[in-house]
Order: sequence, then C-alpha cells, then structure tokens
Amino acid sequence: MFELETAANPETLRRVAIDPVTRVEGHGKVTLLLDENNKIHQVRLHIVEFRGFEVFIEGRPYWEVPVAVQRLCGICPVSHQLAAVKAMDQIAGYGPITPTAEKLRRLMHYGQIVQSHAVHFFHLASPDLLLGFDSDFTRRNIVGVALDFPEIAKQGVLIRKYGQEIIRHVSGKRVHGTGAIPGGMNKALSRAERDEMAKDIDQIITWTQGAVALVRRLHETNPGFYNRFGEFDSNMMGLVAPDGALDLYHGALRAVDAEGKTIFDQVDYSTYQSVLQEDIKPWSYMKFPHIKSLGADKGWYKVGPLARIQSASYLNTPLAEAERQIMLALGNGRPVHGTLVFHWARLIEILHAAEVIRDLLNDPELLGTNLMAERGERRHEAVGVIEAPRGTLFHHYRVNDDDLVTYCNLIVSTTNNNQAMNEAIRTVAKQYLDGQEITEGLLNHIECAIRAYDPCLSCATHALGQMPLEVSLVDAGGVVIDKVTKDSAGLRHQPTGELIVL
Amino acid sequence: MNAPEQVRKLRIATTSLSGCFGCHMSLLDIDERLIELAHLVEFDRSPITDIKHCGHCDVALIEGGVCNAENVHVLRELRANSKVLVALGACAINGGLPAQRNNLDVRRCLTQVYRAEGSGEVQVPNDPELPLLLEKVYPINEIVRVDYFVPGCPPSGDTIWKFLTDLLTGRTPRIEHPMLKFD
Ligand code: SF4
Repeated sequence: MFELETAANPETLRRVAIDPVTRVEGHGKVTLLLDENNKIHQVRLHIVEFRGFEVFIEGRPYWEVPVAVQRLCGICPVSHQLAAVKAMDQIAGYGPITPTAEKLRRLMHYGQIVQSHAVHFFHLASPDLLLGFDSDFTRRNIVGVALDFPEIAKQGVLIRKYGQEIIRHVSGKRVHGTGAIPGGMNKALSRAERDEMAKDIDQIITWTQGAVALVRRLHETNPGFYNRFGEFDSNMMGLVAPDGALDLYHGALRAVDAEGKTIFDQVDYSTYQSVLQEDIKPWSYMKFPHIKSLGADKGWYKVGPLARIQSASYLNTPLAEAERQIMLALGNGRPVHGTLVFHWARLIEILHAAEVIRDLLNDPELLGTNLMAERGERRHEAVGVIEAPRGTLFHHYRVNDDDLVTYCNLIVSTTNNNQAMNEAIRTVAKQYLDGQEITEGLLNHIECAIRAYDPCLSCATHALGQMPLEVSLVDAGGVVIDKVTKDSAGLRHQPTGELIVL
Repeated sequence: MNAPEQVRKLRIATTSLSGCFGCHMSLLDIDERLIELAHLVEFDRSPITDIKHCGHCDVALIEGGVCNAENVHVLRELRANSKVLVALGACAINGGLPAQRNNLDVRRCLTQVYRAEGSGEVQVPNDPELPLLLEKVYPINEIVRVDYFVPGCPPSGDTIWKFLTDLLTGRTPRIEHPMLKFD
C-alpha cells in the first residue's frame, strides 16, 4: 500500500476538497483527510467522470473509429485519431503507409504537440508560475497573464495558433478534422498550404526558444523550490526509435528506473499486455497501470515530457537537444524527478516539435500525391500506439469479418500517470500542507502538482461508472426524467466532516 | 471592435459537462482576439480560471451533455446565476457522441470495463466521492431552459467570436452560412 493513500480511521478526520480541480482538462477532484492538528492522513486524486467509449465503440464499423475516438479529447484529438488509425491500417490489411502519408501524419502530430503543449503552458499553467502559486485566485488565469505580461501571453496564443493551423491544413479542421484514414491520408497538401505554414516557422522556433529560456530562468531564480517541489523517484516510460532517439509518432517501448537504468527496451508495442498491467481502485474511475515484472508497489511509472525525454537516448534536433542537456545537468548524472521540471521538459519538446515541423516542411516528399498503401490480407486484431502530448497512448482493437469492432481497450496517457500524480500530490501535501492552517494558496500548491502533469481527465474517463444510490432527475417542468436506484450492497455513505467550499 | 470605456465588462462563466473540451479549445481558437476579449469580459467559474463556484453572470457557455448527478448540479448552478445560457456544441445540444451509450445496458458495460486482469473479478469503483451516474446522457435543454443553441462539433472559433460579439454589442446573435455548421 502507498503512504497517505488510505487513512486508518477516516470517520474521525476532517475532509477538505478541491472540487473541481481547475486549469486542467477534464473532471477531477482532490480530497484530503486531516486530524485536529491539521496533520494529513489521506490524499487522493479522484477522476469523477465516465464516458464509456471502450464499450459503445463495439459494434461500430472500423473505418468510423478514428474520427469517433477523437471525441474523447478536444485537446489531443489528433493523437486518438492517429493511434486508432495505426491499428486500423493493420486491421484493413494495409502494408506500410507511403512516405508522403507518413510525413503528413507526422506533420499533423507534431503540430498537435505544439498546440497542446502551448495551451497547457501558457493558457493553463503559466498563471501559477508568472503570477505566483498563492496569488489572488480571481486573477490567476490567462486573462491575468494577458494583463500583466501581454507579450508572453501574445506569444503563447500565437504559438498555439500555429500548431492549430498546421492541424487545419492537414486535416481540414482545427478540432476534430479527418486527415488520416486506414491505409494512408485522404488529402494531399498543396504547395500554397505548405508555403503558408513555412513562412512563420522561424518565428515560432525563436519564440519557443524564448519560452524554454523563460522556464530555465524561473528555475535559476529559486532552484531549491523549482527542483524540489513534489520531487519523488519513479520509473519512466516512452517510445523510442531503433537507435534510442525520441520518436513521438512511432517506435518501440522503453522503460527505465529512477536511476535511469533500463527495465525493458525495444518492446514491440503490440505486446504491451505482456509488460503492463492495470489495477482498479474503488475511489477512482481511472485505472492504475504498472510494469508487470515489478509488481504494483514498485512497477508504477511516469509518462509524458519529463519521462520520455529522459528515457530516450537523445533528441534528433540540435536546438532541443542542447536545451535537454542543460536540463539534465540539474541531476548530475541522475535523472531529474522534480514535478515542476515537467514544464521545462514540455517546453523543450515544443522546441523539438517546431524543429521537426521545419524539417518536414522543407521535405519535397511532403507534397507528394501517393497517399494510400498497397492492400493485403485483412487482420482481426491490432494495436496502435503513439506518444500523445501527455505520454504513451495505447489503442487496441479486434474487428470481425463484418468490419465491426468487437473489442476495444484504451490506455490513455493520463492513466499511465495515475499513481505518479497521486504520489506528486501526497509529496506536496507532506512538504507544504502538513500541520498548517489550510488556505486557498496552499491548496493551489496541490493543484500545481497535478497541472505539471498536464492531465487530460476527459481522455482518462473512458470507462463507465456505477450508480449506487437513488437519485431522481426532474426536468424544468417537474417531470421525473431519470431515476437511479441503490445498489444491492448499499455501501454508500456521506463523506466525513466538513466540506470547505472555495 | 472598440469598447466604449464606460461599458461594464460582461461576466462569462463556462463549464464542460460530459464533453471533450473541444468546444473550450474552439473558444481559445479565437486566437489574438482572446486578448481583446480579456479587455471586454471577465471570466467567472470556468475550467480556465480558479473560481470554483459561480457568482452572478451575464452569460454561461455550456459544453457537453448531462451524464451524472454532478453535471445536473453544476448546470443548475450556472442557470440560476446567469442571464443568458448557451448550449455550445453538439454534446450540449443533443448529447453528442457520449450519448451513444444510451443504447447500452449500463451494468453490463461496468462489469466489462472493471473486470480485473488475471483474476477476472469485477471491481466497479463505488467510493462516495464519485458522483452518481445517470442511466442516459441528456441534452442540457432537458434539464434547464436554454436561451441559445450554437451547433458544431465544435463550433469554430470564428463562430464563437461572432456569437459573443453580437451579445456584447447588444445585437441578437445571428449565425449564418458559412459559420453555421454541424460537424
Ligand atoms: S460538441 Fe464535439 S467538440 Fe464539443 S464537447 Fe462535444 S465532442 Fe467535444
């Protein structure tokens, strides 16, 4: 069992809730249980929503899946589209996709890395870093940043816009376009579209370099705080190319331990179930995966920017690799595990993605018109994996002879980070809140630890939940339109103690 | 658009119920106009602010349908506190993709999803901290009165901008081709 996961005697403790967790994507809340001396006994991040995608996607035709599953998440729809289509390429019997199709998919994916990381850093997280963790909460948002730091806000907005425009050029829409289809892509890129994107890329690279420098300076101003906040050891996992370089579109799985030593490497991702296992806990709709060989207590891991740029051997673009080396120097040869270093790693990845985009835009093959692969034998089962902005994303499907999906299993990026996020908030609770009078600013420290992971809680809530009590839903005219009944065990009880409403 | 100095800032609340945040992403897709908007409006409760419960607002933008008891609660809070409530996007208007689960038996889904690997034991999360789930996903107008419906999955940034600036300047919001889209 994990420290601070379950209090011995919850009924005697006071409950404090952060509900909802804000400036993150999706629905979550944190509960703390404290005794009369404000000593903390339990800290949990609950994922409180359910969606049911894995179940209702069954029975749908396979070609519909890539566009349907993007509706899991409006921040990283491209990741879901591409992970699904990588599985469906194989199901539909296509061989390797054409070089042009792969480059278009990469362009769209790296465009999404830029937009998603930008929205996370500038629109959601920067208010804490620029205005202060315990600054006035009514101003602690992108509007406050726009008023106090107009130039940074403007660059953030324009970096995100650039990523969104790349997605639109390739897939037709900024959010929930099409683009990738089983076997390739549905539209070639015109020279005019390419030139439109190429004209701003140097500016974007300059701005993203500026953003990396901004975070580096923040760490320099207060290294003790930035490097130690929510610091804890864990394993890390990500996709790497055959030579160990980070590859966000395609590769094999590598996991390293807290010291950076290899746990497994070059694992074919279609065998993910042989290395990973998911556990269920009664207090969250999100499951808890771990590395099978190490067991639940020792096998949990981190994914996402901080984990993958440290588990990969190098970044294959020069500016980002130089910045990565500066970040790694923090650890003196050991991987760095500070929760706030996630922001630094994320911005290094934006720079990396911008460099990759520049190289793709300079590649004549990008404008090719050979978009569809040769078709061979149909398959009944396939796995598609991609490094989404938030980490490794698994899509696994079975499809029958009538082209209908019969099985779907998703491990979304944020689910991989479930235990790590709980560990982060427990560490911060011990560092800053234990024994203190709980204030809004202190509670925001907990949220800052969650935000550093850039969790996507709507992705993570694909599973369905339970309905243990009776609740009637009455419409505006007083008519009962839904009724939920109590479960047979009747175990539901009220949360203990007082609820602090912020 | 130039805002006369004396005009009070409009107060806007936003929320995502059972949605994917794509409609909120589209709100951010107004790009540079977001900074202009920052001078014209104040945000109240929203996933992009740290205000957890809403006060009196002029406009509430609702993304997503209603899938659990907490969604009902939040939706009613926003309706009670806002003058104009807007169903933003397909999910708020008709449930959207999450409403596909309406054809399924919820119990069967639960046992399927929460069956432990290996032992095969079913362990459905049931902690009191998890909100109660409704049998179906509902469009928001089945729960509260809705003043405007803005279609699209998601409505584009330009569409949202047109809608908001119409409201801000006191015009009746009007969205026409090519901004009126359903995909
Ligand atoms: S309408 Fe579309 S974009 Fe908006 S929340 Fe629903 S699925 Fe997402």
